[in-house]
Formats: sequence, structure tokens, C-alpha cells
Amino acid sequence: MIAGGTSANPVEYALPGSGRSRFAGIMIVLRDIISRPVGAIGLFLVVFHLLLAVIASFIAPYDVALQNADRILQAPSWAHPMGTDSLGRDVFSRTITGGRISIIITLISAVIAALWGGIVGVSLGLVGGRIDEFCMRLVDAFLAIPGLLFLLLIVSFTGGGVYALIPTLSFFNGISVIRIGRGAAQGVAVKDYITAARVRGHGSRFIIFQEMLPNLQDILLVEWAMRWSWMMLAFSSLSFLGFGATPPTPDWGLMISDSREFLTVAPWAGIWPAIFLSTLIIGINLFADALGKALRVDRQQGVF
Amino acid sequence: MLRILLRRLVMAVFTLIFVAIVVFGVTEALPGDACTAYLGKLAQGERLSNCQSELGLDKSSIERFVGWSGNVLHGDLGDSLKRKRPISDIIAPRFRNTIILGASAALIGIPLAIVLGVIAGVYRDRLSDHVVSGIALLAMTIPEFVIATVLIFIFAISLKWFPAVTILPTEASVAEILPNIILPMFTLAFVMTAHILRITRASVIDTMSSEFVKMATLKGVPFRRIIFRHMLPSALLPTINIVALTMAWLLSGVVVIEKVFNYPGLGTLIIQSIFDRDLPLVQAIALMFAVIYIAVNLIADFLVILLNPRLRTKVSAGGG
Repeated sequence: MIAGGTSANPVEYALPGSGRSRFAGIMIVLRDIISRPVGAIGLFLVVFHLLLAVIASFIAPYDVALQNADRILQAPSWAHPMGTDSLGRDVFSRTITGGRISIIITLISAVIAALWGGIVGVSLGLVGGRIDEFCMRLVDAFLAIPGLLFLLLIVSFTGGGVYALIPTLSFFNGISVIRIGRGAAQGVAVKDYITAARVRGHGSRFIIFQEMLPNLQDILLVEWAMRWSWMMLAFSSLSFLGFGATPPTPDWGLMISDSREFLTVAPWAGIWPAIFLSTLIIGINLFADALGKALRVDRQQGVF
Repeated sequence: MLRILLRRLVMAVFTLIFVAIVVFGVTEALPGDACTAYLGKLAQGERLSNCQSELGLDKSSIERFVGWSGNVLHGDLGDSLKRKRPISDIIAPRFRNTIILGASAALIGIPLAIVLGVIAGVYRDRLSDHVVSGIALLAMTIPEFVIATVLIFIFAISLKWFPAVTILPTEASVAEILPNIILPMFTLAFVMTAHILRITRASVIDTMSSEFVKMATLKGVPFRRIIFRHMLPSALLPTINIVALTMAWLLSGVVVIEKVFNYPGLGTLIIQSIFDRDLPLVQAIALMFAVIYIAVNLIADFLVILLNPRLRTKVSAGGG
């Protein structure tokens, strides 16, 4: 049974095969997040942006690619609530649709990164020894290369477009997750239930997937949220630099980059996408922070 | 102590070798080679074979890696495909400019971050902490290019205090660069401060709740003495390493910031060379960035070892 007021105990709602208690567990965590002002704001911003990304095409008053030479760089008006950009496109329609491509790509990549990084990290933490030592050296070396450079390099030379970013983003962010997963697994590896599983004669694979991962899912969940925020930042930077979304696509990073030349005459073309992009990333961070507190995950501070 | 220092040095060298292999390997694994990428549609016939023999692409990967790394060790990074000049000549002034930018930002950012981080940590959950931590969160989450654009809008366009973008030649003297450096420096310092501040704050909070601080408080040691003599030495030491680790993040930030301000550093150069599909140049700059990162981490390791009383053998332990 889950007592209403007490903290969300990860083990209780993680029990496999009990659908109802899992749902109740999720509700407790959500209630905990909402009860914190920071968490409520974060959750609101994330949900707002996700919803907007889904319904944007239905509520956008104009076609996002529709250019109008008669309405270039117009100030906000009733017809164009956020004004128009240098090609006469409606900034409002483009801004509300502008998060879609980045949200899709980063959400998928963050899930893949948390999964593969988590599995590898937990396995290394359990196995230990020479293999662990060697792999951690590799991880350190990969972390020595600024991630954005790698993304730039691979995106520009493979020429696979934005979707080529999914494997690249997931791969490099998974490497950071390995460290977290490994540390967490080392803490759990000495617990009695792992010893019990060993005594029962279970192999490493069973212990990793049936015992350790379910118990470390909270840590990986928080890590997933942090990775998502990092990826949004990286993706928008790539778009801004001209290596992410390609021109007809409405994308915040790209829109801000396009608006820079006209910043003096038409600041609205850059300000609105900047506000939307920033509120989403801030939202994800606040949400991740509250999620960590709700799940009692003691995350190391500072390193993104 | 000397043994630990040596161990770290050897490890840094190994990391560097591995990074070199990765940088070389990634460019190798990409479809096509340096010549087809650079020449694009013109990559056929004599032009292609000339380029390939010039770069020695007819040899095997391993042979080329050994040759390349041998040359790199002698300070010869090869020639740029587009600029037809030795890469080391192209990189040198830009490397200087990036270091000037990074060092001046660090000069402002690190002391500021430590002071603010300690204030926020000591006065945890009070108004000053909320204000400082709130601004730090904004600085960390809002993309660098947005912060930079806002600063340009306020200080370059509205107030006209500083130039919006740099229009100087790469080899301009330090005195000429200085007015141009102010806005990018503040952008970088802002982001850097936020990262380091968060780490410092966490460490201060951790130390403030430790046994020896409680003990000192119970003994009646004055508050100021507890902060400066007991708490700070042991709180700041572990942050040095974590600060160095955030360097990889900040180096990515440098690339974006340099691009926004058109600052003639390594960041703008790598973006330009990627657009030019100039692989040898891209490889060289990626390697330079890794060298900066590894060097900073090595310095941090040395600092921690030198400052940690427990690792000192002769000098008696002081502080916390």
C-alpha cells in the first residue's frame, strides 16, 4: 500500500506486474512536483510547449512558409499579432510551430540516450574490474571533446539532414549518462537484494535488467530530463549556426538567426522565438529539478 | 605526491592520444574522403587524383594516422585545403584571440562566481540565495546566442557603447581587439559564472552541514572565522575539479559566442572550415579544443593535489 502523505518510495511503485500501484506512484510524484512552486511552473511550461507543438498547425492563422512581399517586417497588429519577418511571413504562426522539429528530435534522442547510457553504465558498475576501468577511460576521452563540435562535424559531413542528429545526439549524451548510471549501480551493487539474486543463481543479465535497472529508473528518469534540456540547447545552437533545421522549416534557432540582420527595425521577429525557446528550456530544467526532488534523486550539481 | 602528479600527467597524455584517434577516426568514418567532401561535384578525374595524392589518401588509414600524428608532434598540422597555407600559421593568431577571450572571461567570472556562490550557499534559502540562484538558472538555461543577441540589442544598438560585431583582421593587435572583446567576454563570463556558482553553492551547503562546522559553532568560534578559516578551504577545494570538467561545455559556448560576435577566434574558424569542408583544418581545430580542455583539467588536478593538505608530506596540515 502507498500511504498518501509519505514520500514516493521508488521501490513501491516500481513493482512489476502491478499496474494500479504504478499509476498511483506516478500520481504521487506528479502531486509532489506540483506542490513545489518551481515544479508547478516547470511542469506547466513543458506541458504548454508540448501541447502547442501538437496543435500548432490547427491554430496557426497563416501558412508558416507563406511569403508576402507586401507585408515585410510589419509591426505587430491584429492581423499579425507578432508582426511579420523579413520575407513577410507571419511570426505568430512560425513561432508556435517553431518548436515542433526540435522537440521531436530531442525527445526521441533523450530517451535513447538515457536507455543505452543507463544500461551500459549500470552493467559497468556491476561488472567492474578491467573492462570497467578501460571503458571509463574511453568515456573520459569522449567527454574531452566539446560535444557541439562533434555534432557540427557529423551533421555537415554526413549530409543526412536534421534526422541524422538523432543517432549523434543520443550517442554523445548517452556517454554522459554512463557515468551517472555506473555511479548509481556501484552504490546498489553491495545491497542485500543483489547478493540474494546471486545466491538464487541468477546471472548478471537478470540482475541488471530485473533488479538494478528497475531500482535505478528514478535516477535515469531525472537524467533523461536533464539530457532533454541539454539537447534542446544544443539543437537550437546548431540551427542558429546554420547546421540544424533547414530554411523553409520554422525553427526557433533558425528564426533568431534570420532576424539578427533586422534587429534594429523588427526586433519582434527575433524576440518571440527567443522567448518561446528560453521558456521551454527553463521549463524543462525546473521540471527536472522538481522531479529529482520528488523522486529523492540526489543529483550531482552543476555538470549539465 | 610526485607519483600522483606523474600519474595524472601520463593519463592526460593517454587521453590526448585517444582523442586524436577519435578525431581522426570520425573523419575517416564519414562517407567519402577529404577530397570528395572538399571538391563536391568537381570531385572527378585529374582534380580528384591530384588532391588525393597530395593528401596521401592512396595510403591506408593506419599509415596516414601514424604519419599525421607524427607530424602533429613536430608541430606540423598539415596544409589547409582551401587556404593553401600551413594550418599552424592560420591557427596561431586565432588561438591567441580565443585564449584572450576565454582568459579575460575567466578573470571576471571565476572570482565573481566564488563570491556569489559562497553568499548563496551560506545564506541558503534566504532572499539573496533566491536572487543569485534564480539569475544563475536563467544564465545556464537561456541559450548563449539569445543572451548575446540581447546584449547586442541593449549595448550595441540602443546605447551604442560597444561595437556589435568584430570587423578586425585576425592578426590585429591586442589593443585593437580590446574594445571588441567586451560584449563577447561579458556573455561568456555570465554563462561561466552561473555554472561555477552552482557548483560552489552546492559545495558550501555541503560543508556548512558537516560535523566540524557544527563543532566550531558550538565552541563559539565567531561566524566570520568559521566561514573563512574553517568552511571555505575545504569547500572550495573539491570544486576546482568540477569547474574544470564544465570546460567542455564552455568551449562549445565559446564557438557559439564567437560566431555571434564574429570574433576572430578558433570558434569562427572551425565553423567556417566546416562550411568550406576543409577536413584537415577541422581536424586540427578539434584537436586544439581537446588540448585546451585536457590542459585545463590537468592544471586543476595539479592545483587540487598541491592545495590538499592530506597529500602534502612535509608541510603540516592547516585550515579545515
